Amino acid sequence: MPYSDEVIDHYNNPRNVGSFEKDEKDVGTGVVGAPECGDVMKLQLKIDNGVIVDAKFKTFGCGSAIASSSLATEWVKGKSVDEAMTLKNTDIVEKLHLPPVKIHCSVLAEDAIKAAIEDYKKRNGG
Amino acid sequence: MNMPIYMDNHSTTKVDPGVIEEMLPYFTVHYGNAASRNHTFGWDADKAVEAARERVTKIIGADSREIIFTSGATESNNLALKGVVEMYVEKGNHIITQVTEHRSVLDTAKRLEKSGINVTFLPVDSNGLVDPDDVRKAITDRTVLISIMLVNNEIGVIQPIEEIGKIAKERGILFHCDATQGIGKVPVDVQTMGIDLLSYTAHKLYGPKGIGALYVRRKNPRVRLSPIIDGGGHERGMRSGTLNVPGIVGFGKACEIAMKVMKEESARLLSLRERLRKGITDSLEEVYLNGHPARRMPGNLNLSFAYVEGESLLMGLKEIALSSGSACTSATLEPSYVLQALGVSPELAHSSVRFGLGRFNTEEEVDYVINRVTETVNRLREMSPLYEMAKAGVDLKQVRWRK
Repeated sequence: MPYSDEVIDHYNNPRNVGSFEKDEKDVGTGVVGAPECGDVMKLQLKIDNGVIVDAKFKTFGCGSAIASSSLATEWVKGKSVDEAMTLKNTDIVEKLHLPPVKIHCSVLAEDAIKAAIEDYKKRNGG
Repeated sequence: MNMPIYMDNHSTTKVDPGVIEEMLPYFTVHYGNAASRNHTFGWDADKAVEAARERVTKIIGADSREIIFTSGATESNNLALKGVVEMYVEKGNHIITQVTEHRSVLDTAKRLEKSGINVTFLPVDSNGLVDPDDVRKAITDRTVLISIMLVNNEIGVIQPIEEIGKIAKERGILFHCDATQGIGKVPVDVQTMGIDLLSYTAHKLYGPKGIGALYVRRKNPRVRLSPIIDGGGHERGMRSGTLNVPGIVGFGKACEIAMKVMKEESARLLSLRERLRKGITDSLEEVYLNGHPARRMPGNLNLSFAYVEGESLLMGLKEIALSSGSACTSATLEPSYVLQALGVSPELAHSSVRFGLGRFNTEEEVDYVINRVTETVNRLREMSPLYEMAKAGVDLKQVRWRK
């Protein structure tokens, strides 16, 4: 099945690839998926005063998984934590024109954002 | 160098120019129905079919009266299993096959299972090979058929067909071999290998798609089959349907060419394959070979690139046609059942790529592919959280993943 132009673009020029030091107080890390399922996403958020000031990701997975996480980092940057929590996987599906068999990639990206925020909150007492 | 590069020759092959040339008149000049008995168009077509039949049987060491033309190996496999089981229902209700067979054997066997036939699916070892002793032990007095492939389509390993054929003979059980991937690549002889039924198809050996054959032994023993397609009684009643004359002619020519060039071509493909393997494994760490290192067909290389998902790797190699055992490339979202049967972990199965070298690949292409694979794997590892964790000394097997 051919990939959408959006998926190809994110695959070829992924935004925000990299890592933050996960022990830093202002960093929240979400790692979701499993190697045996063929997808693992690590998404990290740098949060300052309730606002996501930076985001980075690393993904093991298909092109759609890479594109979903790349897009997610792009979207959450500059958003408040509360706003980021409202991001839906369907937004990613729509933007990347993901076919039904790739919807799980968008779900993982949504889960990764939530897991990163959860981690941040847990490590910052709340 | 021509782009894109085709290196997926286990999937299908380019039709050899000599094959096309020989087929063309059978579309426009000698376009008769081979079953037409009363005019020259029919006679010409029939003559061409019989000449092709000689060539198609010669490559497997059989007699021309011993094959049935089909639409391809999937149909041949269906006919072999269903046809034998139905015909020999009085004799028994048990068949033996193994877990890395092609889907057209496995799914046919599973359908038969639903209709009350007992099926033994033998395991393979970590190299992908069946133990002939397991075949021997699985035989019961109700066994009517053993079906084991010659060459596996994903990992290219060559099963011990001759030994299994011998066991089948000793016990008087029919032996079917799906030789789709092996014909024209490795020597095949139904006599020395003790094969009673054999499936093959033209498009894997530089012939056209849509034409295959099933060899059905005529003596010692004479194999009988129930047809699965009824109609005009073509192919001695075992496969009705107007013969695909141009396809059959092309199949014949493809077999003739293959017989002529096989020895030299195998040596050349083996050297290209080893160049590719060495080139990739010398420049990248943690690349694992899937399947037996030596007992495999010359053009096949199947590698797993740890920490990199197969489909994303192929996406980065868009000008090179390859295939992956990753779930994302299949409809089922399960990674390759063949690799899993070898005990390859699901994560490495997701990371596998099949390189299928063929007649038209060149050394220049191989070198290009080595560089592009290296570059793309390195790029994807840089964005792989698994690679990062492994480099930091994390044991990925101990991690509790959040699925």
